[in-house]
Amino acid sequence: MAAPFDLNDDSVVVIIGTGAGGGTLANELAQKGVKVVALEAGGRYLPDDYINDEWESFGQLAWVDPRTTSGDWRVAKDFSGLPAWIVKAVGGTTTHWAGASLRFQEHEWKAATTYGAVQGANLLDWPIDAAEMDPWYTKAEDKMGVTRTGNRPGLPGNNNFKVFEAGAKALGYKEVHTGRMAIQSSDEGDRVTCQQTGFCFQGCKWGAKWSTAYTEVPAGEATGNLEVRERAHVARILHNEAGKVTGVEYFDADGHLQMQKARIVCLAGNSFESPRLLLNSASSMFPDGLANSSGQVGRNYMRHMTGSVYAVFDKPVRMWRGTTMAGIVQDEARYDPSRGFVGGYELETLSLGIPFMAAFLDPGAWGREFTTALDGYENMAGMWIVGEDMPQETNRVTLNMDVKDQHGLPVVNVNFSDHPNDKAMRAHAYKQGIAMYEAVGATRVFPTPPYPSTHNLGTNRMSENARDGVVNRWGQTHDIANLFISDGSQFTTGAAENPTLTIVALAIRQADHIASEMAKGNI
Amino acid sequence: MERTERPRGLTRRQLLSRATAAGTAFVVGAGFVAAPNAVWAYETTHLDARAFATLVQMARDIYPHDRIPDENYVAAVKGYDTADAASAITAGLAALDAAAQGKGFGSYLDAGWERDRVDILRGMEESAFFQQIRGGLVTGLYNQKAVWPIFGYEGESFSKGGYIDRGFDDINWL
Repeated sequence: MAAPFDLNDDSVVVIIGTGAGGGTLANELAQKGVKVVALEAGGRYLPDDYINDEWESFGQLAWVDPRTTSGDWRVAKDFSGLPAWIVKAVGGTTTHWAGASLRFQEHEWKAATTYGAVQGANLLDWPIDAAEMDPWYTKAEDKMGVTRTGNRPGLPGNNNFKVFEAGAKALGYKEVHTGRMAIQSSDEGDRVTCQQTGFCFQGCKWGAKWSTAYTEVPAGEATGNLEVRERAHVARILHNEAGKVTGVEYFDADGHLQMQKARIVCLAGNSFESPRLLLNSASSMFPDGLANSSGQVGRNYMRHMTGSVYAVFDKPVRMWRGTTMAGIVQDEARYDPSRGFVGGYELETLSLGIPFMAAFLDPGAWGREFTTALDGYENMAGMWIVGEDMPQETNRVTLNMDVKDQHGLPVVNVNFSDHPNDKAMRAHAYKQGIAMYEAVGATRVFPTPPYPSTHNLGTNRMSENARDGVVNRWGQTHDIANLFISDGSQFTTGAAENPTLTIVALAIRQADHIASEMAKGNI
Repeated sequence: MERTERPRGLTRRQLLSRATAAGTAFVVGAGFVAAPNAVWAYETTHLDARAFATLVQMARDIYPHDRIPDENYVAAVKGYDTADAASAITAGLAALDAAAQGKGFGSYLDAGWERDRVDILRGMEESAFFQQIRGGLVTGLYNQKAVWPIFGYEGESFSKGGYIDRGFDDINWL
């Protein structure tokens, strides 16, 4: 089973993080016979451990180490220390994600070419395209058991979906269904069929939803080639005089500093922690941080254009029952600048329980305008908006040297302000979402502001040319051949789709490349 | 409720005989706050009883739900009735009463209409004290499992097998 590797074993691949990117990469490499040490900052929690209680689960899983915020986004005011709602645990944010698994549209790989110059946006084409990614997407969909792909049936629609679907059809939307979800929809598969429990965000207690915590990670460990070290918080990536990385320093579960040697280091700590580590690893040879000759490390932070629409009806909906996000309208995801913005957006069903609804419906609000909204909770339906936001150089993750974490390491500051295109898209999406609910009799609607970010993208972006970004078409850093980025931070642009499927497809492809290059002796 | 039992040994008649009315919602006696009909009472340990009654009223005025009983608002703010918190809370409540007096009321609790009390609160909503109380209520009130059924929210469902056989798609009015 899980074979422990020696700290001085410099033949191993070290992967930092075990979420969608790191967990998938770890298993894929282990299956190919590559020895892997995966360092995970969080502990290991499995379906029996997950909790059907929003705040209790948040306390169990969320990454709540200190971070700071700036910029004009409302999160910086309402949740100044919590820019992201992501997970610190084996499995990373695949424990928390809702399961929506959508491919990028063809044109979204080429945003700069398709959209043309957008003032203030740092748009760039991905160096890869839909045709190249097609087989990797298929592998990812099969691995994750995505509904409505392969021969997998869709999930049944819950109450929240039925309201959503009726509204969408009333508006003439055509692409309306219960989504392409990495949630088991039939008895044919390795996971339990979805029991419509709700609480998808709190970790699926049935294991019906794909999460690396109980799929990729144990599968990799079973090969004997993967060792996962839990509660191992990486402090610094080390390099030699030749400019190659040689290992990492990390704080172990007891807070002791350890050093693990490595042949290759793959960074998959999400769009905050990955650039933070590159920046915190600055040295005399790399004074601006590792892999940062372009100056783009930490820049172009994207969080998707998001928001929610909730609506109250005169009769009960009970939106919390059943799969949280099994419902989608894709008609607005198209490229159609006649709407007043480039890029597109998806509408997806969403619900929160009363504890989180009180925290997120209108943060800071009080009085009867707010409380009468909650009084209508049982009759409420909800949807989430997720669309492409514009990469901007000034939306960035930097080190905040004034604030240190529990290990004494500088934390990140996350600076974000909406681009005018983001605002125009959000206004359009609110209008359409409200119209959907009003078409089926909503008596009151709530255009709800974005939550702390779950889709954290960019900050180590992929580029054809080394001057434009941090990594090449394989996620390999332009500057250091044996240092890879394996998470959503390598996204060149965000597209309209939930990012996990693309992160997984890129990780499968990257594993193939790394194993092949190792075999050839190139890295 | 555990912390809102009637003061030990007091009958309802005795309790009410020792109390004075505070606003319309509460009776306040030496070291306790109670409902006018004595269905609940809370013995304060560090806060003055009238101050505590003011705090409970403030909590309801910030997040007013007419179907949530006072006990739940008491539970949401009783964490401030401690040695550590009491002096700052007392100062904040004194500022609240002073603001009420500035608007012509004897005290915050003397303002009989919610709109008048809300007007007083609006005047201090940027203060650290108001934001502390409001912020604390978001979890202190809405994360009480006892209030969830009032909103129709059903909470944990895994132990009941989820909703696959319990109405996940039972909507019948579309």
